[in-house]
Amino acid sequence: MAHISTLILLLPLLGFAVVLLNGKNMNESQIGLVATGVVGLSFVASVIDFVLLLHRSDREVTVQLFNWIDVGTLHVPAALLVDPLSITMCLFVTGVSTLIHLYSIGYMHAEKDYKKFFLYFNLFVFSMLALVLANNLVFTFVGWEGVGVCSYWLVSFYFDRDSASSAGKKAFIYNRVGDVGLLVAMFLLFSRTGTLTYLGVFEKAGTLTPTVATLVVLALLLAATGKSAQIPLFNWLPDAMEGPTPVSALIHAATMVTAGVYLLVRMSPVLALSSSGRMTIAVIGGVTAFVAATIATSQKDIKKVLAFSTVSQIGYMVLAVGVGAYGAAIFLMVGHAFYKALLFLGSGSVIHSLNGEQDLRKMGALAKFLPLTYPTFLVGWLAISGIPPFAGFWAKGDVLTNVFAHNKVLWVLAVVTAILTAYYMSRLFVLTFRGTERFREETHGHEPHESPWVMTTPLVILAVLSVFGGALALPWVHHDSLANFLSSTFGYVAPIASQSTLSQWGLAAVDIAAALIGLAAAFSIWRSRYEDEKLTPKFLEQVWYWDNFYDATIGRPLEDLAVFSDAVIEDEVIDGGVMGLAVGIRRSSQGVRKIQSGFVRHYALAMALGLAVIVVYLVARVG
Amino acid sequence: MNVPAAWYLVLAAVLFGIGAFGLMTRRSALIMFMCVELMLNAVNLTFVTFARTLSDVGGQATVFFVMVVAAAEVTVGLGIVVAVFRRRSSTSVDELSELKG
Repeated sequence: MAHISTLILLLPLLGFAVVLLNGKNMNESQIGLVATGVVGLSFVASVIDFVLLLHRSDREVTVQLFNWIDVGTLHVPAALLVDPLSITMCLFVTGVSTLIHLYSIGYMHAEKDYKKFFLYFNLFVFSMLALVLANNLVFTFVGWEGVGVCSYWLVSFYFDRDSASSAGKKAFIYNRVGDVGLLVAMFLLFSRTGTLTYLGVFEKAGTLTPTVATLVVLALLLAATGKSAQIPLFNWLPDAMEGPTPVSALIHAATMVTAGVYLLVRMSPVLALSSSGRMTIAVIGGVTAFVAATIATSQKDIKKVLAFSTVSQIGYMVLAVGVGAYGAAIFLMVGHAFYKALLFLGSGSVIHSLNGEQDLRKMGALAKFLPLTYPTFLVGWLAISGIPPFAGFWAKGDVLTNVFAHNKVLWVLAVVTAILTAYYMSRLFVLTFRGTERFREETHGHEPHESPWVMTTPLVILAVLSVFGGALALPWVHHDSLANFLSSTFGYVAPIASQSTLSQWGLAAVDIAAALIGLAAAFSIWRSRYEDEKLTPKFLEQVWYWDNFYDATIGRPLEDLAVFSDAVIEDEVIDGGVMGLAVGIRRSSQGVRKIQSGFVRHYALAMALGLAVIVVYLVARVG
Repeated sequence: MNVPAAWYLVLAAVLFGIGAFGLMTRRSALIMFMCVELMLNAVNLTFVTFARTLSDVGGQATVFFVMVVAAAEVTVGLGIVVAVFRRRSSTSVDELSELKG
C-alpha cells in the first residue's frame, strides 16, 4: 500500500526526469509516449491503491516518506495521507490527465516546444498529486505552488505573443494574492495547535476559539478564491485561455482550479467551527456562479465562454462547500472534470479544424464536418446543461438540493444560474455546430477536417464518462455511494433536513425545467443569428468592467506611485541626499585643505609644535 | 675630571636645536637628512647621560637600538634621496609638493 501510494506520486516525476535528462535523444512520439505512459501508470497505481483502501477497515493510511523539516517545535514530515478523499482526487486527476496527455500528442504535433510542453505537463501532474496526497499543509503548499508555476509556464507557453506572456503574469500574480491566504491560515493554525499535519490539526481543532477558527476559514477562502478563480480573484482564469487548449482542459478546467475546493473540503473539520465563515463561502460561491454565468452569455471567443463557465461551475462547488455539502462538491468536481475537459478538448478539436480560429461568429454548421467531435460535444453540452441522465444533472442536482435545504435565497440564485448555464452552453453549441457556415474565409475555402485518433479517443472516453458519471452517486462500491465513501473524511456534514421523496422529485423537476428554459431560449434566439448587440451587452462582454475596476483602484494608483517615486523619491530625495552629502563635504574641506602645503618643513614644524605641546602638558601635569 | 651631567644635557639640547632648526630651514634633502641624524644623536646623548647618573644600563641599551634603527633608516632614506635625484637632478624638497592640498 505504502509503495503503491508513493508510486502514484513519483511516476509523473520520473517521466519529467527522463524527458528532461534524455529528451535530446528522443523523438516526438517517444516523448509523448513516455509522458503519457507514466501518467497512465500512475492512474493504474491509483486504481490499485483504491481497491486496497476499500478492503481496509481503517480507511486512513499515512505513508511516511522522510523527515523534511525539523526545527524547534516545528516538525513537518514529507508524508502522504491516503484516505477516501485523496484517493478520489488521485483517481480523477490521473485519469483525466492521461486522456489529456494522449490528446496533446495529437494537438501539439509539430509544435516547436513539444518537449517543453510535456515536461511542464508531467511536472504539473506531479505537483497536483503532491497537493492532494500530502498529509500536511506545508507539503500541500509545495504542490499548490508547483501547480501555480506550471500553470504560469503553460499559460505563457506561446511567450512570443504579448497577450500570452502578460496572461501568464496575471495568472501568477492573482494566485500569489490567494497564496497569502494559505500562508496566513498555516501560521494561525501552527500558532494555535502547534502542528500542521491535517490529522493533528483536526485533533486539536476543538481548542480553536471561534474568532481564530473564522479567521482561518476566511484565510483558506482567500486561498481558494485565488486558485479556484472565485470572486474577487477570478479575472485571471479567462486570460489563462491564452495557453494551448489541452492546458485549458487539464489545468484550467479539470484539476488545478478545483484545488481551492479540495483545500476547503480537506479542512472541513475546521470549517465546521465557523458558521459565519461557511456562510461567507456559500455567498462567494453563489455570487461567483451567477456573475460568471452572466458573463459567459456574452463572450465571443469559444474558449472564453468555457472559461467563465468553469468559474461558474466552481462557484457551485464552493457554494456546496459553504452549505456543508462536501460530498456534493466533490461529486460535482469529478463530474465537472469529465464534461468540462470534454468540452475543452472538443473546442480544441474545433479550433484545430479551423486553423486556430476561436471566434464563435466565424464557425457554424460544423456538425457534418466533425463526425466524432460533434456527438461528443453534444454529450458534454447536455451534461453541463443539466439534462438527465447525464452526469451534470445528478451532480448539479445534488448541490441544488443541499442548497435548498439551507438557504432559499442562494437556491434561487443557483437555479437562475442553472438557466443561464443551459442558455450560454446552448448558444455556444448552436453557434459552433448549427446555423450557417461562416468559416470559409478561415479555412481558405477548404472543408474542416476531423482530428486524428489520438485526439478523438479521449473525446469518446470522456463522453462516455460524462454520460455515466452520475452513477458515482449510486451505491455500487461495497454498497457505498461516492458521498458515503467520502463521508469519513469530513469533519462535519451539515444535517440535511429530511426531505420527502416528493420534494426531491419537485427539486429535480425544477432543475430540469431550468435547463429546458435555458435551452429553448438559446435555440429560439441563436438559431437564426450569430451577432446581437442587445443580447451580448458591453457590460457583460467586458466582464462587468471588473478588470477596469481593478485597473482604476489598484493598477493606476500603484503606477502613479511608481512614477512619483521615480521622479521625486529617486531623483530628489535619494540622489539629492547623496549628492548633497558629497558637495557638503567638499565645501567644508575647502578651508582645511590649505593646511596641506606640500612643504616638508611645514610638516616638521607641525610635528615640533605638537611635540612641544605634549611636553608642556606633561610637565604641567607633573609639576 | 668630572663633567656635570647638566653640561651634557645642555650640549644635547643645543645639538637637537641645531638639528631641528636645520630640518626646518634647509631645502636640500641631504642636509635635512643630516639634521635628522644630529637630532637622533642628541637624544642618544641624553640617554647615555641619564644612564650614567642613574646607574641604569637600560639607557645605554636603548641607544644601541636607536643607532641600529638610525642605520637602517639611513640606508632607506639615502636610497630615496638618490632615486629622487636621478629623476629630477635636484634634491630640493620644496619641489616635491605633489601632495599639496
